[in-house]
Amino acid sequence: MSTQPLRELLESAFPDATELDVTDRTGGGDHFQVVVTSPSLAGLSLVEQHRRVYEALSAPLADGTIHELRIKTKGAA
Amino acid sequence: MSYTDKIREVIDGSDVAIFMKGTPQFAMCGNSDRALSALRRAGAPVTAVDVLPDPQIRQDLSAISGWPTIPQVFVKGELVGGADIVEELEQSGELEQTLRAKLGEGYAEARAEDTVNLVAA
Repeated sequence: MSTQPLRELLESAFPDATELDVTDRTGGGDHFQVVVTSPSLAGLSLVEQHRRVYEALSAPLADGTIHELRIKTKGAA
Repeated sequence: MSYTDKIREVIDGSDVAIFMKGTPQFAMCGNSDRALSALRRAGAPVTAVDVLPDPQIRQDLSAISGWPTIPQVFVKGELVGGADIVEELEQSGELEQTLRAKLGEGYAEARAEDTVNLVAA
């Protein structure tokens, strides 16, 4: 899988994101790193912030498209 | 069979529990190793559970925690997060703060690593 479908899922989940990045860490299309900075994450614990990312990517996580996911989130703009 | 009760026992009964792929002696996944290394740097007493012997362990664990990936780290029954969060909290010093707050100032003196085998137990 390319990074584009994941980026689209994140963009619809975090329409107000000030930073949104998806990288394929290994080039194999299954190890991804996502970076999301969004005001909608402000005030949430890291666990809750990461949960929002997992929810946005629940389909590719469930069907095994994403084998490994690294997440970096920030609440501020 | 369900591992739910055994998993809850480990989560609630351990100061620090990590559900990982492999064992502390031989982690089978880079992320499990990252989380464990961060816990070690913070001097945490660790109770480790290998999720690999039976896929059902992982399913039951995620049903309890609502967290889809491995590893998962708990302190005194509360989910702290996966490898990224544990690493981030260790680097910022927040992990040690949390451990001191929840386990007491001298937590690192009791440092030990236990492995619980859910399949044989």
